[in-house]
Amino acid sequence: MAAEAVAAVKKGTEADASFQPRIVAFCCNFCAYAAADLAGSMRLNYPPNARVIRLPCSGKIEILYLLRAIEDGADGVMVMGCLDGDCHFLNGNYRAKKRVAAAKKLLEEVGIEPERVEMYNLSSAMASKFAEMIADMTEKVRRLGPSPLGTGVAK
Amino acid sequence: MIVGERKSVTEILEMTKGYDRIFVAGCGTCVTVCLAGGEKEVSVLSSLLKINGKKQGHEVKVVEGTIERQCEREWVGEMKDKVRDAEAVLSMACGIGVQLVAEMYPEKPVLPALNTTLMGFPTQHAIWLENCRACGDCILHLTGGICPVTRCAKQLMNGPCGGSQNGKCEVDSQTDCAWALIYYKLKAMDRLDWMSKIQPPKRWDIAGHSGPRKTVKEEEVVP
Ligand code: SF4
Ligand code: SF4
Repeated sequence: MAAEAVAAVKKGTEADASFQPRIVAFCCNFCAYAAADLAGSMRLNYPPNARVIRLPCSGKIEILYLLRAIEDGADGVMVMGCLDGDCHFLNGNYRAKKRVAAAKKLLEEVGIEPERVEMYNLSSAMASKFAEMIADMTEKVRRLGPSPLGTGVAK
Repeated sequence: MIVGERKSVTEILEMTKGYDRIFVAGCGTCVTVCLAGGEKEVSVLSSLLKINGKKQGHEVKVVEGTIERQCEREWVGEMKDKVRDAEAVLSMACGIGVQLVAEMYPEKPVLPALNTTLMGFPTQHAIWLENCRACGDCILHLTGGICPVTRCAKQLMNGPCGGSQNGKCEVDSQTDCAWALIYYKLKAMDRLDWMSKIQPPKRWDIAGHSGPRKTVKEEEVVP
């Protein structure tokens, strides 16, 4: 892609529809992963861009995991946890939210768009919401364009 | 414990500018427990340095290593290979550790990644309160175990001052008045008589106001 095109995409003025962002989705076991499972059983369609990694709880997310994903070339990273107040481990999702916010700040300081990392909340019954969220993030990252570190995400 | 917090990444990037081989050195004691400069924080900072390098199109070689303590020669000696291979050492220890590493490897730039903020204990997970300023002449036995040198804004030895309001300090309404704390503590202990004893002025010379202090345990010093 030409440099000007990348710049245009970054400004969010247009998204390159052919760009397939690589997204890492950290999913908590009890809500997000269960919702993903249900989405599969229901044969829901959603973009194939997200690679799901299961966490025992979204509270297990570490700032380091988010940074490493970006460092290794992911274009976007999602942390998906239970709904506010509904965490299986009471407050893991609140911890996750704070860490996502902290990681965004750190990334901004090294010149990476903070929007490449986002937190999402859903319940285990929200299969279609899961599909929507993946689509939403895929679209957001598509608008941002490829990560400046885009060397290909770890398989 | 000694508590520190990481400097802003922007400040660290400024400090490390121009170095392509950096050893990020953690300390496994106080700053690990206060979540500022242990193994985990070393990994986070290293990742940020690498992301920043890659973004600018050049690979920064970052080596991570956390030793037990950066304030003791034996441990700092163990870092020698990693120090030798690096252009600069980015130490995540408190100021004491940074200084010892700098002293032991005089040919290398040793950069502080943390600000050393206080000596204290956590009041809850991830919040630390300053408790001691190492004044050199502890008076906790007279104050119910609450330190006025640290916790009274005026460092009064015979408090409270006239500004103590509903248990809060006049300097900052969010901060407990140390002398109110002392009063209630002594009252509960039935030792309010300790408070009516006038304390003589403190010796500030031994509190660090006349240059660096030295502690010697004579019988253990190797001749
Ligand atoms: S009186 Fe001095 S030594 Fe004792 S806790 Fe306070 S500052 Fe520390
Ligand atoms: S209000 Fe209490 S803590 Fe504050 S300066 Fe006065 S005596 Fe010290």
